[in-house]
Amino acid sequence: MNVKELIARRVAQEIPAGALVNLGIGLPSLVANHLSPDLGVFFQAENGVVGLGARPPEGMEDINLTDAGGGFVTAVPGAAAIDSAMSFGLIRGGHLDITVLGGLQVDSRGRLANWMVPGHKVPGMGGAMDLLVGAKKVIVAMAHMNKGTPKVVPDCTMPLTSTRRIDLLVTEMAVIAPRDDGLHLLETGPGLSVADVRAATAADLIVTGDVPQMQIG
Amino acid sequence: MKQAIGLEDAVAMIPDGASVLIGGFMGVGAPHRLLGALGASGRRDLTLITNDTARPGEGVGHLISGGCVRRLIASHIGLNPEAQARRASGEIDVELVPQGTLVERIRAGGVGLGGVLTQTGLGTQVEQGKQTVEIDGKTWLLETPLRADFALIAAYRCDYVGNLEYSLTAHNFNPIMAMSADTVIAEPDEIVPVGVISPDAVKTPGILVDHVLKRAV
Repeated sequence: MNVKELIARRVAQEIPAGALVNLGIGLPSLVANHLSPDLGVFFQAENGVVGLGARPPEGMEDINLTDAGGGFVTAVPGAAAIDSAMSFGLIRGGHLDITVLGGLQVDSRGRLANWMVPGHKVPGMGGAMDLLVGAKKVIVAMAHMNKGTPKVVPDCTMPLTSTRRIDLLVTEMAVIAPRDDGLHLLETGPGLSVADVRAATAADLIVTGDVPQMQIG
Repeated sequence: MKQAIGLEDAVAMIPDGASVLIGGFMGVGAPHRLLGALGASGRRDLTLITNDTARPGEGVGHLISGGCVRRLIASHIGLNPEAQARRASGEIDVELVPQGTLVERIRAGGVGLGGVLTQTGLGTQVEQGKQTVEIDGKTWLLETPLRADFALIAAYRCDYVGNLEYSLTAHNFNPIMAMSADTVIAEPDEIVPVGVISPDAVKTPGILVDHVLKRAV
């Protein structure tokens, strides 16, 4: 199983039945592939749909129905189309249960940087800052390191997306919960020890008792 | 009863140096015919307020490629390398605004509000140079209203009095922007007799629309 698939599968375990969920573009969008339709989860795309569905068959796309990455999607029964003010009203107003976002860095206070790399490309924050501020639960899904450089760091060196503490970080090497006293290592990746995770992490990790390995079905 | 205008007439209304609100999200729900013609018109020094710069050759991308833009207020320019390059060279002055804040600033400009208080952007680069306000012990960021000389908006259907109906994720910024410009030009996919769009389905009342672009031949 590749790294992205592993992360997506682990994040999917965090999504409860009936939740309203916003998935970021890229890796986070893969989470939808691992949720049973029976769960009754509704996906919101911030460009204006509650009840995002799978990709339509080739040649059957509606040019007016895309996800926030601009890719063609469908809408599930019960879906609603909304404008951007309503969409971000849902996000900021506390109506969104979970957002899953990608990340460049997460620091020891659980703060996320994910919108720009100084001196490089400046793409813009899109909806990321609003999602971080407003979602009831924020899960960050990202690779543990970037070309050998740890992304879990004492302090973000890249510009923060928000000062809000994220709720959970899922990488291919670890599940980490930021709390008042620091970053708690809840699980290690399959086949990895606590020492393996620490070696790949620049921030301190708090370990309490035995740390289980991720169970990926 | 509105008089439909041609593409050339619409473009001729917009002078060099004008400020223009443009609907659309990654080109979805963008007024494609207006943008194609405006991009080819040789206009200069426009200020654009729009969610993103789409891709080269698509939507707002026409105005970027056409060298029409001096100032840009947007939430995301990451998928348009030309917008990136023209920002880096200083040709386009870019103000990046979180998407939810952008839509509310535009809304404020259109509905007679003096600003918006949000927590989005607090503690980040977005806060720099802005006023914060304490209300009941909570800190908020004061974001100012946005208006423009023109709004170019796309709709699914328009009736003879200018009432607009939108489709799926092609709503996005369009219904909001229709309130926030001195002159609103609508580009509908279809023009239909009065009564075809039910009053319940009208998202933008025709009184807000100054000009309707003639049907495509």
